[in-house]
Amino acid sequence: MNAFFSDYVLPGALIIVQSAVLMAALLLLIAYLLYADRKIWAAVQLRRGPNVVGPWGLFQSFADLLKFFLKEPVIPAPANKTIFLLAPLVSVLLALSAWAVIPVNAGWVVADINVGILYVFAIASLEVYGVIMGGWASNSKYAFLGALRSAAQMVSYEVSIGFVIIAVLLAVGSLNMTDIVMSQSVGLGTMMGLPNSFLDWHWLALFPLFVIFFISGLAETNRPPFDLPEAESELVAGFMVEYASTPYMMFMLGEYVAITLICALTTILFLGGWLPPFDFAPFTWVPGVVWFVLKVCAVFFMFALVKAFVPRYRYDQLMRLGWKVFLPISLAAIVVVALVLQLTGWGGVPAAG
Amino acid sequence: MILQPLFFYLFSFVCVGAAFMVIAARNPVHSVLFLILAFINAAGLFILLGAEFLAMILVVVYVGAVAVLFLFVVMMLDVDFAELREGFLQYLPVGALVGIILLIELVLVLFGTVVAPETVATGAAPTPPVEEVSNIAAIGALLYTRYIFFFQMAGLVLLVAMIGAIVLTLRHKEGVKRQNIAAQVARDPATAVEVVDVESGRGLSG
Repeated sequence: MNAFFSDYVLPGALIIVQSAVLMAALLLLIAYLLYADRKIWAAVQLRRGPNVVGPWGLFQSFADLLKFFLKEPVIPAPANKTIFLLAPLVSVLLALSAWAVIPVNAGWVVADINVGILYVFAIASLEVYGVIMGGWASNSKYAFLGALRSAAQMVSYEVSIGFVIIAVLLAVGSLNMTDIVMSQSVGLGTMMGLPNSFLDWHWLALFPLFVIFFISGLAETNRPPFDLPEAESELVAGFMVEYASTPYMMFMLGEYVAITLICALTTILFLGGWLPPFDFAPFTWVPGVVWFVLKVCAVFFMFALVKAFVPRYRYDQLMRLGWKVFLPISLAAIVVVALVLQLTGWGGVPAAG
Repeated sequence: MILQPLFFYLFSFVCVGAAFMVIAARNPVHSVLFLILAFINAAGLFILLGAEFLAMILVVVYVGAVAVLFLFVVMMLDVDFAELREGFLQYLPVGALVGIILLIELVLVLFGTVVAPETVATGAAPTPPVEEVSNIAAIGALLYTRYIFFFQMAGLVLLVAMIGAIVLTLRHKEGVKRQNIAAQVARDPATAVEVVDVESGRGLSG
């Protein structure tokens, strides 16, 4: 009985507490990222943005949350009810479950698994199901068109994301997220004789891939300028046109969790995770988790700026960018990275085997 | 060690149940969704076996790509369910025949298989602990040395299939104005704009 307690109950409780803390922090972060998104968008357009609820509108996201909960959920009569309600649930649960393997500091991770990056990639490739199921179950032409577009779009850009991840993995030699971050403590900067700094991170050595990953991330999360699945100028609101109240909010939440996930992934793969930008005081006094959150916010700031600046892509141009531009470039990049690593002996040593 | 058998039975029952529902569900979209459930539970079984790489690849390839395309096609079908059920009896003999042949083959495979003695020896060798050899490294070491020929052949077959699909669908219609992005980007004011001083009261053509 004692062994059962120490083997199952204690670790199980620990995992539950860790997950709850991570989720609470993540949702709070998202509440303010949403607010920041709207404020940045407003600032670009010389508007004020949300400014009524709370000081400077700081409680706007919570007011919206309350509003969504209190509204009446409308389910269209011809809709397939089970799938209609399952879709937003799938969307938000999948997006949240990918966070289980994201390390926010050295050792601060719920599940430090060997195939961490593959797990995130697998979950990211599943996120399309929330959109397809929602679009199909709504039994509406607009929603269905949105779902079809999103299926083609997400599958296309996953290819280039996968190749970029492979190139990074070649340079690291491990699929473990913590190893990926730690391998960036030395790099291009230290090779040139500089102390450990932000020049060691992969964004500099793999700069073209960093750009491709960022743009593919925009497309993968249906962010503008690639928000064709919900293009409001032509499809009203795309796959979520029939949704109201809490199910709508869950779609929205799932979308923003996926966006923060891509931001976190960019941070881990290219921006050195929780490593400080300079490896000396006072930068090393700041705890790693603060650096991590700052970097995630910086990437999100770029996401928000792109949303405000760039007009929406035409659908055929979106496909052209994914298949005719990013796919050949990222394929060539893998060959080049592998060649350089082989000839110079740089990069991580793969696990023995 | 009670959790592992517990999860094994959970995954197995859900997997078999979902697989049954794939053929039992009336709506083809429901069938595909049950297929996805079956895939994910199979991935869970792989994780219980300690083959986490295979589990992730199963999810990425089958659930993330193949099933999306299945769903894509099935959703586009305008299925008339009454008509589907009408032909059921008519096709029953042929369907039953195919099913019985498959069943016989499966039974033959189950009882008539001979395992190469070499493989038995490999299987009997102790599995190294996870800390020493991760299964990604183990698969890679085997795939890129001993099975490199089959690996490359599989890649070649896929490449041929891909080229075939492109050849079948690619059509260049005559007389259609196509977008040339490079030409558009390379345009400058000198080639794109012509400044004409039009005399008042007369058109350009005059």
